[in-house]
Amino acid sequence: MSLRHKTLAGASAVALMAVLAACGSDDTDDSAADNGGEAAAEEDAGGDDMEGGALSGTITIDGSSTVAPLSEPAGELFMEENPDVRVSVGTSGTGGGFEKFCNGETDISNASREISEEEVEACGEAGIEYEQVNVANDGIAVVVNPENDWAECLTVDELSSAWTRDSSVANWSEINPDFPDQALTLYGPGSDSGTFDYFTEAINGEEGVIRTDYNNIGEDDNAAVTGVSGDAGAMAFIPLSYVIEAGDQVKAIQVENEAGECVAPDNDTVQAGDYNPLGRQLYIYPSADALQREEVVAFLEFYIDNGDAIAEAATFIPLTDEQKEESLATVAELAGN
Amino acid sequence: MTSRRNQIATQAARDVTLAQLDGSNRGGQWKGAVFKAVLVLCITVAIVTLVAVVLQAFFTGLPRLDMNLIRNMPSSIDRSTSGMQSAIWGTVRLMVGVAVTVVPLGVSAAIYLEEFADRTKWYVRLIELNIQNLAAVPSIVFGILGLAFIVRGPLDLGFVVYAGSLTLSLLVLPTIILTTREAIRSVPGSIREASMALGATKWKTIWKQVLPSSVPGIMTGTILALSRAIGETAPLLLVGATVFVTYNPDGFFEGAFTSLPTQIFAWATRPQEEFRILAAAGIIVLMGVLIVMNSLAIWIRNKFTRTW
Repeated sequence: MSLRHKTLAGASAVALMAVLAACGSDDTDDSAADNGGEAAAEEDAGGDDMEGGALSGTITIDGSSTVAPLSEPAGELFMEENPDVRVSVGTSGTGGGFEKFCNGETDISNASREISEEEVEACGEAGIEYEQVNVANDGIAVVVNPENDWAECLTVDELSSAWTRDSSVANWSEINPDFPDQALTLYGPGSDSGTFDYFTEAINGEEGVIRTDYNNIGEDDNAAVTGVSGDAGAMAFIPLSYVIEAGDQVKAIQVENEAGECVAPDNDTVQAGDYNPLGRQLYIYPSADALQREEVVAFLEFYIDNGDAIAEAATFIPLTDEQKEESLATVAELAGN
Repeated sequence: MTSRRNQIATQAARDVTLAQLDGSNRGGQWKGAVFKAVLVLCITVAIVTLVAVVLQAFFTGLPRLDMNLIRNMPSSIDRSTSGMQSAIWGTVRLMVGVAVTVVPLGVSAAIYLEEFADRTKWYVRLIELNIQNLAAVPSIVFGILGLAFIVRGPLDLGFVVYAGSLTLSLLVLPTIILTTREAIRSVPGSIREASMALGATKWKTIWKQVLPSSVPGIMTGTILALSRAIGETAPLLLVGATVFVTYNPDGFFEGAFTSLPTQIFAWATRPQEEFRILAAAGIIVLMGVLIVMNSLAIWIRNKFTRTW
């Protein structure tokens, strides 16, 4: 009886193998195509102008969901010009992205912070060489009503006292005794936005930690502008790009940075790194191995060269010219040119 | 002998239950009415919630329920014409992978457990217990398992479609085994005995009599299992379903892939309004696929059902 049982199991296994083998045959075709692509890329080696569309290959990107809105349009625009190149972008988070990156599973890792020491070690052990490439700047502005003449500069602690979990602060005078007796109304984006994640992490110390009774404006940052402009005691945090668009309707206040200086948020202070902790740089980490492939080098150059349009589409602050040059130099160096 | 005793016992049980049912001898008639009201309330809440969710998705997604959705690839730039072709094909590939893997495995396991296994042995009971428990394991755990053993580790497939299929197969394997066992069990013993009495071997009996009779049950179980698998997001995210893929999967063992639930999840968490509408449209597509699959299950069940 056990013999017959084996026959049945065997039959199933054979059927399974047959199906798998049939699926596997797809691979052969594709890898052949890939080889052709690599050969084409080798012919092209050394050329800096990649607009020819002769490139092919697959570029795997994963990491921060904050940087994905940059890498996605970058990939999309690049694929329009190079139809044989395939770019895929995942959103495992900065940490999750590095985990795969240091395991050699991705070509480029998106990161909304610098690589941590643990991740450096993991990459080192796996022999993955990489470089940090700046692709955009990100800033959050804390805005108040233009009539608010008392709050000029707030410290991170003062902001946190108003925003942290279970905070019962309901009046400006509770944030700082020097402030007048004015009821405080809070506006902020919903938990889906990168701004929410970043603000809670920078101000309250942990991503997602925030008092629950603020006016949740969902994803419509303009609603915060409207709310703050109509309420003398209001305070909100919104992406810097919206503040610049909103003009005089709201007043962006200064934030005391790590060096103890009060810094006003604008493109210059964010780009210079002075506006911290609410200003940061967004990075991608290409691996040295990936940069041996022509299409990856071309993609990175395209990404940085078209950074202005890409950053604006994703409501981030573009790189300065110096930052761009630096990024391009990093790519060139890592690619060994 | 036993059957006579059983009949008496059954009849007695039925009489006692009936006597209790109207509550006349306990003065608890109003309790019955209250209980019924609670039950009706429960089902109303369930149905209203379901209808609300479906209608919400339907009306939100309606403006984008066009051919672009099927014809175009996902796009972050042209959001108003963005489609989800790669996700649809990814899901189709995933489901084919699950079906060819889980049906042979699940049906074989069920046949072994029903027809061959000696249930007095401790290891058989252990296997049965494990299958029951597996059905209750959260899907994310299967995702971690898939990442460690299928994507990396012993199988080392990488982040490919079949890795996702295998992970989902593990997830729904208990469903297939349990429903198939149920189907096999419902084939009357007299059929087996008759087949054996006519000289058929055990193998022939199973292959020619038991299995064909169980097809409706097996198919229903399979479709139910696939219906569960098609909506899974969490394990797929772990085993490599990527949220932005603008090309269809190359094959089962190569290339990045995405799936409908992953794509919907990614869009739903984006701040832009267009993405939310797209997510709702995606939900309608996914529901459409589910309804088709379930209808197929019902059709197959009705077509192949035998009466004894």
